[in-house]
Amino acid sequence: MKKVFSRPESLKPTPFHYCPGCGHSIIHRVVAEVIDELGIRERTIGVPPAGCAVLAYNYLDVDMAEAPHGRAAAVATGIKRVLLDRVVFTYQGDGDIAAIGTAETIHAANRGERITSIFVNNAVYGMTGGQMAPTTILGQVTTTSPGGRAPLRDGNPLDLSEMLAIAAGSVYIERTSVSSPKGILRTRRAIRKAFVTQLEDKGFSLVEILSPCPTNWKMSPTEAARWVDARMSEIFPPKVIKDVA
Amino acid sequence: MTLKKLMRGTHVLGEAAIRAGCRAYFGYPITPQNELPEYMASAFAKMDDAIFMQAESELASINMVMGAAIAGARVMTSSSSPGISLKQEGISYLAAMELPAVIVNMMRGGPGLGNIAPSQGDYFQAVKGGGHGDYRLIVFAPAYGQEIADMTRQAFDLADNYRTPVMILGDGMMGQMMEPVVFPEPIDLTSLPRKEWVLDGAKGRPSRIIRSLWLDVDKEEEFNWRLFRKYEMISREIPDQEIYLADDAELIIVAYGTAARIAKGGVHRARSMGLKVGLFRPKTLWPFPAEPLARLAEAVRHIMVFEMSTGQMVEDVRLAVEGRCPVSFYGRPGGVVSTPEEIARELATAYGMPGSSETHGRGALNGRRAVARR
Repeated sequence: MKKVFSRPESLKPTPFHYCPGCGHSIIHRVVAEVIDELGIRERTIGVPPAGCAVLAYNYLDVDMAEAPHGRAAAVATGIKRVLLDRVVFTYQGDGDIAAIGTAETIHAANRGERITSIFVNNAVYGMTGGQMAPTTILGQVTTTSPGGRAPLRDGNPLDLSEMLAIAAGSVYIERTSVSSPKGILRTRRAIRKAFVTQLEDKGFSLVEILSPCPTNWKMSPTEAARWVDARMSEIFPPKVIKDVA
Repeated sequence: MTLKKLMRGTHVLGEAAIRAGCRAYFGYPITPQNELPEYMASAFAKMDDAIFMQAESELASINMVMGAAIAGARVMTSSSSPGISLKQEGISYLAAMELPAVIVNMMRGGPGLGNIAPSQGDYFQAVKGGGHGDYRLIVFAPAYGQEIADMTRQAFDLADNYRTPVMILGDGMMGQMMEPVVFPEPIDLTSLPRKEWVLDGAKGRPSRIIRSLWLDVDKEEEFNWRLFRKYEMISREIPDQEIYLADDAELIIVAYGTAARIAKGGVHRARSMGLKVGLFRPKTLWPFPAEPLARLAEAVRHIMVFEMSTGQMVEDVRLAVEGRCPVSFYGRPGGVVSTPEEIARELATAYGMPGSSETHGRGALNGRRAVARR
């Protein structure tokens, strides 16, 4: 019988530890599929963040090095500058890339580093237990914005991807979501394009992925997926933000 | 080929690093060490296989160092006191991920922004773990141009051998002073042992992970003990010191780096006054050469510690001496550089000092300004 679905070669046969309905397992799989498809498994180096996805190296079967919280773009820069013909990507959450690591990310993009950032936006600090993130939307209740995020007290949601698009060195930036099969397919295409942009040595590429966090949002997996489409997407609309590749 | 040249300390360090196989430098401007990144930038611009990058911050530069080390390069960063504070996070991670790298600190006056004059206020930060967690940092304290060259070569070799970050601790004066230096042959990079742990893509081998996260406490404990055993080995193998005019000495002055050169001048002047005075100069601050100092403490009446701070290394001296003889301290913090005459006066006072009359607190020396004496 013809085999139509199997584990990508770049994914280890380890069961995911992520919560039910979490987007990380889907995104890990999509990244692994793209690495397989491009045939770059043996020359790819990944840099996971501090956060839920720090354990990405337990699943992705490529060389991987942890970075301190927020510093993935700087670590990836160091790796890439030494090994110019390798594919180097970071995998970061919203707190990692858009709060503590803002400077590293903006400057890597502005330098046009030939790296790719997979930016998983779930509007909350997941691993630490659901605190307010830079991407928490107004009114959203978190453990550190108990009455809902109020702009004068807590600031506004930060659209890092739009900010990065201004940088001259960024070449391809797209926002997608993994809340629906259609969104997952679009995410796959975007990640593929981001890696190809790097392989063609064109500059900095980033895919922001809106991803549900049912546990910290205190929702069921289906409610969380719906919330991504209904609420998060209003503030962070999925679209190609920059494409000069 | 070998090269003899008159050069300032920062340039000596840069040239020695390149000859030691350093092919990646990441940094951020800060006085008084800017001549070092400038030297690297201009030298690397002429080389095909070398990377110079001015990062957006000290944080970014130490993490770029981490990336380059992960990829297997001999890599260096440099800064001065406030910048080194910012690099501490990365240094802790380098130690935890067992990554080789060389970090240069040309100390200036502090705390805070302080000033840009030479100081030794970062001793604690360097040797007692400026970053978080249970780690140690190899710390070299050169005092002469030639020693900057020799220790830089050694720093890269030790970093690779032990897979650990190494710091070269100097100060603004050392960086600026010009001295003749003989450089060794540049090393042949292909002669270095292959690093079997680097991340360069899992080609024809299982994928590798470089990490510092061990959620399982048993694994973290095991890892901490493994690091500890490595540090024990380093403590046995590399402590180094200069012992000068100590054979008949009744009083020993302990100092490192620039302070040790001033102390040596003080020793010469004290000797010409007929005082039997010698110098003990730690060349490695961690591991501290405690054993030879303890032996010396058996033979002398008194030990005086001189630092360009209010007294930091003096604690390690006291730990090494363990009460074998009295230990007193003389220091000038804040970027003030003592003169050999001043040290000779202090030595003369200490020489006459009975064993038990160790003084504490601050006193006004030569009526000019307050100094730390304890």
